[in-house]
Amino acid sequence: MNVTIFLLALFDGVSYAALVFIVALGLTLIFGVMRILNVAHGSLYAIGAYATVSLTGFALSMGAAPILAFPLMLISAVLVGLLIGGPIEVLLLRRIYNKPEVLQLLVTFAVFMILEDVQRLVWGTQPYFQSAVLQSLGNITVLGVTYTVYQLILLPLVAVALLLGLRFFLRHTLNGKLILATTEDREAAQSIGIDADRVFLLTFIVGAILAGLGGALASPTTSILPGMGADMIVLSFAVVATAGLGQIEGAALTALMIGLGRSFAIYFWPEIAVLVPYLIMVLVLLVRPEGLFGSPAARKI
Amino acid sequence: MSSVSTAPKTDAPKHPKSMLWIVGVVLLAAVPFAVPSLQLLVTFALAKGLAVVGVTVLLRAGQVSFGHALFFGIAAYACAFLMAAIPGADLALLLLVGTLGALLAGLCVGLFVVRYRGIFFGMLNLAFSMIFWSILEKFYHITGGADGIRLPRPTVLGMALERGPFELILYYLAIVLMVVLGWVTIRWFASPVGQIFQTIKTNETRLEYLGVSPRRALLSGYLLSALLCGVGGVLMGVAQGAVTPEYVWWVRSAEMVFIAVLGGAGSVRGAFLGALIYEIVRTYASAYAGDIWQMLLGAFLLIIILFAPGGLIGIFGSLAGRAVKEDAK
Amino acid sequence: MKKLLLTTVACVAMPMMGFALDKPDSLKVGMTTFLTGPASVFGVPARDAMDILVANLNDAGGIDGVPVEVSYIDEGAGAEALSSEFRRMVETGGADVMFAAISSGNCQTLAPLAEDLKVPNFLWDCGTQKIFEEHDYKYVFRTQANATPEMLAAVIYLLKVKPDFKTLAVVNQDYAWGRDSWDIFSTALKAMKPDVEVVGEFFPKFGAPDFSTEISRLQALRPDVVLSTSWGGDLDTFVQQASQRGLMNTSTFVLPLAESSLERLGSALPAGQIVGARGDHYFLHPERRDDADFKAFMTEYEEKTGSVSVYSVFHASQALAALKAGYEKAIADNGGTWPDKDQFVAAMEGLTFQGLGLPVTIRADHQGIEAQLMGTSVQTGDYPFATLENIMVFDGAELTAPVGAVSTEWVGALDASFMDGLSISTFDK
Repeated sequence: MNVTIFLLALFDGVSYAALVFIVALGLTLIFGVMRILNVAHGSLYAIGAYATVSLTGFALSMGAAPILAFPLMLISAVLVGLLIGGPIEVLLLRRIYNKPEVLQLLVTFAVFMILEDVQRLVWGTQPYFQSAVLQSLGNITVLGVTYTVYQLILLPLVAVALLLGLRFFLRHTLNGKLILATTEDREAAQSIGIDADRVFLLTFIVGAILAGLGGALASPTTSILPGMGADMIVLSFAVVATAGLGQIEGAALTALMIGLGRSFAIYFWPEIAVLVPYLIMVLVLLVRPEGLFGSPAARKI
Repeated sequence: MSSVSTAPKTDAPKHPKSMLWIVGVVLLAAVPFAVPSLQLLVTFALAKGLAVVGVTVLLRAGQVSFGHALFFGIAAYACAFLMAAIPGADLALLLLVGTLGALLAGLCVGLFVVRYRGIFFGMLNLAFSMIFWSILEKFYHITGGADGIRLPRPTVLGMALERGPFELILYYLAIVLMVVLGWVTIRWFASPVGQIFQTIKTNETRLEYLGVSPRRALLSGYLLSALLCGVGGVLMGVAQGAVTPEYVWWVRSAEMVFIAVLGGAGSVRGAFLGALIYEIVRTYASAYAGDIWQMLLGAFLLIIILFAPGGLIGIFGSLAGRAVKEDAK
Repeated sequence: MKKLLLTTVACVAMPMMGFALDKPDSLKVGMTTFLTGPASVFGVPARDAMDILVANLNDAGGIDGVPVEVSYIDEGAGAEALSSEFRRMVETGGADVMFAAISSGNCQTLAPLAEDLKVPNFLWDCGTQKIFEEHDYKYVFRTQANATPEMLAAVIYLLKVKPDFKTLAVVNQDYAWGRDSWDIFSTALKAMKPDVEVVGEFFPKFGAPDFSTEISRLQALRPDVVLSTSWGGDLDTFVQQASQRGLMNTSTFVLPLAESSLERLGSALPAGQIVGARGDHYFLHPERRDDADFKAFMTEYEEKTGSVSVYSVFHASQALAALKAGYEKAIADNGGTWPDKDQFVAAMEGLTFQGLGLPVTIRADHQGIEAQLMGTSVQTGDYPFATLENIMVFDGAELTAPVGAVSTEWVGALDASFMDGLSISTFDK
């Protein structure tokens, strides 16, 4: 195999994987703690992207520097988490924790349908594109191929930082430890005075922020348009299920596998690129039903 | 009523209620003459309803598939390919081949997925359907890609028909299939295999102690569900006159589960009732509120789940029960 | 919405079907268009334009004094909802004429349905050339071109402005349009310039959010020309990513649908790329921009929607123009009285009408013959986005496969001399 092509495919795979991982991270966190597979995650992703584009566009029109888009991404993500994620948990999910899995999933599916139309009502149907921040970081040429610094360097760095940050949050902060304890055994946690409702709310908001952040970070690289959430959600499902539900490090590795699989496919057999994530998922699940890193019995994150 | 019949008899309400269902079927049979504009819509709804019964079967074992549109799609595509190979093939042949195709696929996929439960069962089904979807999209020169393939009108018992009479026949075929397959499914639930199958939901370990293979029981239910989806897919493809990869798209699978829960999870009659209501709401919402039809459907579903967990069939049942009681007074 | 309800009520009360042919109170048209989903980038502008055009037409007295009423069906609601709604509108909604559809897939489903329902149907925007090449229809007409002249115009323009290129790669959406347009483009190119080497064929999935890997691959392959018949968000993303990474400096892009993305792409589309418009559709149409009707509409549309017109707006105008011209001709043929459905259908054949572009003629096989406009992008500073220069307007009749011919065979039998005999009008900008 030609080494140059191998390296190029590697770069492309890593930068793609970074984005997929960030979105899957929130999904797997929510599942790990709450045992809810959140279909509305895709909508939160899309709304994060829309919000970033609107805020950035507004800031730019006021004469702000493009680099200001970074704090705006964070603001959009937090807004998505607090204003949409919070109410979803408090008003809907909280009422159905004792209902069967199907119903929980369908509630999030219903929220997904509602949010899809909300996006259209708020932002219309025309695609948005706002890449000022990506352009401001410039390009880098590797082996004769030009990459954007944003995609090749920044996104993977952010992904790694989020992975480490979330690990730190869960293991070394009080709120994180509360989450872990509740995940381990909800009743025991409650009996020692942990407010499980608060923990679930916190988890869901953090997960929603991550979804929004994924959208925010994706926004400079892609057209923001209706339906973008529906595609992302299946892909992150594939990552999360392949990794093992609730497996954060596993999700990182799986995202990498899927990213690399896809980019190598585009280099060597473009026609099967779209099949790759699902093929990996089926192959893994056939051999290891609980996912690459999942353990069937224990709930762990 | 299946969900009631397992409970100890409370006598009086049961008989008048099954009368209501018969009235319902008769009313449906009158649609082409009373409200012809609803005829096609009801055909679609019944086709979907059959597939929803397929999903419902699995719900009885506590399993949710997010990929059952796979069998729906496979049957429809089998018909389209058959029509391309044998122009003017007969509807009976299509029904046979489509259903067999779905059954075969159900066997292949089922052998793998019956080892899994809960969310993994759902995800694995999703993965299989998405693989098939990708293949349909990708192999454009064979499958017609995203635009799909046309499915010309088949002959009916050797007769080539105009659209009008053909659709009328299709409509009554759908009703007959609904009644027959609905009855078969309800009988199956009551059969020994069906009983074992439903025990998977409550206590799988006990089955193993009894020396019964839960996988085999699940597989038989899975095959039944694939068959039902296949029949639905054939009807839908033929009524539609075209098949597209959208038949297999995950949202379609989710929609089936959606309807099953809407109608009343686990209820065969609820599946058809749910499909009818869903299709009507969807069509009229998209006609009169084009911008917010998804929102309306989503809100509808939320209300049902939060406030009427028994689904439409539950609401219907309590209404009918009340009416019957009033009568008895 | 209310209007639709009222018409439904009115028409249940008053069965239509051509008997006493007094003038109807209104001429009811059902139009399928994408109000949701990715293709709403075409569907919504077309609906907005249709609302304006119909209002203007009715203010001017409608068609022979009969006002036109248009109701819309969302193509994005899925195939079943679309075909049941289409039927409902025809069977009980009293629609006299249908305009369907944008998606080629929907056209292929609805054309036989319209034929069975015996309702005149205009294929107002879909591109597939197969409809009339594989089937004969009595009630179905196409008020615009098909993929064949659209792709041929792109090939010829490319050969005229960049005759020496050696290598080409394609990045199309993976669905019928992406595949079919590539079939026609590549067949024509091989026929007229056999020495071109196709170095890469990519069909990323429809709605793909990211083309980074394809772009890396293209940068390594360094083709002279990159073709993409993508549209909407896909095209925007592809062009933005390619332009950010400098691919457009090394390869010339041929983008036969980019006219519809010019405004959204803003400064991201650099000068020197080849842009097409699925017909002679351009808000600065060189042969039309000074005409009063054209100018008035463009101003009104921009005021109402805040955007410049894209090709689907032109296609909507053509469907409405065909309706008007068809009825007027049928009325004339019918001695001045309102025609029945069959008289209208008879009048459609051979009809010439003019929407916002140059006149369009309906051929014997019901295919519309529409001029084609291609140009090269340039950032002049007059607009905050790229406009066109070095524009060529092609005669549609010369580029459309003859009646009865199959496009891919006809195109495959062409050779380099085909280009020389064409009548092409050129404009600097």
